[in-house]
Amino acid sequence: MTGHSPIWSLISTFGLMSLFAVGGAAAAVPEMHRIAVEVNHWMTDKQFADAYAIAQLSPGPNVLIVTLIGYAVAGVPGALAATLAMCLPTALLAYYVSRLLNRPSQSRWPGLIQAALVPLSIGLMAASALILAQSTDRSIAALLLTAMVAVVASVSRVNPLWLLLAGGMLGFAGIV
Amino acid sequence: MSSGSAPAVQEPDLATAPPSLVALFLAFARMSLAGFGGVLVFARRAIVEQHRWMTADEFNETFALCHFLPGPNIVNLSMVFGSRLRGIAGGVAAFAGLLLPPTLIMTALAIAYARFGDLEVLRRILAGISCAAVGLLIAVVFRMMMPLLKRADPFAVILMLGVFLAIGVLRLPLQAVLLIAIPISIGLTYFLRRKVAA
Repeated sequence: MTGHSPIWSLISTFGLMSLFAVGGAAAAVPEMHRIAVEVNHWMTDKQFADAYAIAQLSPGPNVLIVTLIGYAVAGVPGALAATLAMCLPTALLAYYVSRLLNRPSQSRWPGLIQAALVPLSIGLMAASALILAQSTDRSIAALLLTAMVAVVASVSRVNPLWLLLAGGMLGFAGIV
Repeated sequence: MSSGSAPAVQEPDLATAPPSLVALFLAFARMSLAGFGGVLVFARRAIVEQHRWMTADEFNETFALCHFLPGPNIVNLSMVFGSRLRGIAGGVAAFAGLLLPPTLIMTALAIAYARFGDLEVLRRILAGISCAAVGLLIAVVFRMMMPLLKRADPFAVILMLGVFLAIGVLRLPLQAVLLIAIPISIGLTYFLRRKVAA
């Protein structure tokens, strides 16, 4: 009906994507990248990497990278439409499923399905990391920074915000 | 009469009255704004330790449910959690509290980026932050992978690598990959568990 409206295309794109986004926001990043950069040319590769960085640095759920994509497509209405489309349908689904499962007797399947989804969601997140690394790590120094943050965050419990700020300062100093 | 027998299920030390809708909205707004680099840690701290709205076990169960459902986990959690305490209105209050403040902040940042994104200094800073953000993501992937590798479960590792190659290297559409991978994984898990049980 309104096939040419960018708002409608944002709503249908993210509404549909959210229903397949098993494993959370990080797992949906490759699909967001494919749709926003490769299919629809809403953003450049660099803009997408920037949006991911801004979403990581800001407070709130990391899924809000869709707010930035929506803004790039259609301004403030696009930002709000993309956010609601990505978050509301699955939240309502979760509400109905949780009411359904509150009845006893059906407690076997959730555990089984969850166990089955774990390796898939880790694979998806690893794919996100690869795709983002390909657009950000274009120099040896950048690659080293990513590797160092990965190691530090793996072995210590340091607040991630400090590592992001350290990255920003190294960027400011022109090192990466 | 049998009140003297040992209670098998210990009474959870929960707050007595369910919180008001405004309290739910404010609590989720607060944990959302504190949640740099992910809200889950702060959500657990606020719900279980600070407000004592749920026991640790209840929280884990609720989160597990939200993790296997599609969509952003923590957003699902806000809706499920709020509705368990105060019905659908509570769900909407928690959902709005979680999303409204950071969405406004993000929109302001988007406007700033559209205007100043080409500034050389900002580009360099964002480039550095992006590198660090990817490093953080890699660290999360490693942490999640460890139990899988420790169990040396070949099927899980093969499925994980398959999804990684299909999405990350071949760049196939997510829907197609999941439509094939999810039934395979559920089927394998089902039969492996039956074999273990038998």
